[in-house]
Amino acid sequence: MILPMEKTASEFKEGLRDGIPICLGYAAVCFAFGISASEAGLYPIETAIMSILSLTSTGQFAALPLITGSATLFEMAAMQLIINLRYLLMSCALTQRIRPETPVPQRLGIAYGVTDEIFALSVSRKYPLNPAYTYGLTVISALGWSLGGFFGTFAGDILPSNLTSCLGLAIYGMFLKIILSDARENNTVAAIIVITMVISLIFTYAPVLRSISPGFRVIIITIAISAAASLIAPYKEEEGAGA
Amino acid sequence: MREVYLYIIVMALVIYAIRAVPLVLIRGEIKNPFLHSFLHYVPYVTLAALTFPSILTAADTLPGSVAGFVTATVMSLRNRSLLMVAAGACLAAYLTELIVSMVF
Repeated sequence: MILPMEKTASEFKEGLRDGIPICLGYAAVCFAFGISASEAGLYPIETAIMSILSLTSTGQFAALPLITGSATLFEMAAMQLIINLRYLLMSCALTQRIRPETPVPQRLGIAYGVTDEIFALSVSRKYPLNPAYTYGLTVISALGWSLGGFFGTFAGDILPSNLTSCLGLAIYGMFLKIILSDARENNTVAAIIVITMVISLIFTYAPVLRSISPGFRVIIITIAISAAASLIAPYKEEEGAGA
Repeated sequence: MREVYLYIIVMALVIYAIRAVPLVLIRGEIKNPFLHSFLHYVPYVTLAALTFPSILTAADTLPGSVAGFVTATVMSLRNRSLLMVAAGACLAAYLTELIVSMVF
């Protein structure tokens, strides 16, 4: 019999291992952020503290012009709310992946690590999600993220830019793996993915629509397509074959 | 204290609140079939929208990005492991850009 403690430890280790590609991708992205941050006048330690506290790439990049332009704190708060609103949807989805009786401190712990990538790997686990797995992902990812920011602010451009940008593909590769492995067995999911990509393409390049910020674009598409799919082909738990 | 820290604190509080509020407020399973289904589909749509078309501009050149996209798609459909897919996408993009830059 596996004791709960051992289970937790092994889930945590698995999280650490699965988080390695996230860690490398994050280090590369936040290294690039650090370069921009140093141009905006931030010290390496400030970049590291900002990175470890907010753990968001778009939010941090968007913060720089506000800081250099001496924006009000209210503007900063409003901007961060809009840009990061998709995390709200992800957190809602995560509530259905953990056990209902998961205590509040665990929920607060998971909340810290709700990023695109950690969310993606967490939801790819079988129900119920063990918070320890998400902690493993979070620890190693946050480490890569803040160290990348710290050294990026120091370093300026050391790595050749084509190498850093190719590392950026790791994250997208992971996203594709996570959604496509379910698409192989489920036609509804496959259709949802294809339709989403087509609509996302249209929103990104079509006149007028392209003026919508990337953050809002993802939110609008997520709400619209998830709602439409739930009306047309509602997801049902496969409880009892043939039911 | 540098003013930067005020911005950093405000950022951190807003972002953490966005992440924590649903997790703390929504306890237990959502019984409403529509909402249940909605939240089940959210990850697929969000991740697909984040991936495409952004992946086409992820590498420095279009051929590199497309190579990474195609490689990741094929490897995912063939059920390769997460790490392999991630590494394969990077490698395909890097090698394609290397070859393209040598040929032209």
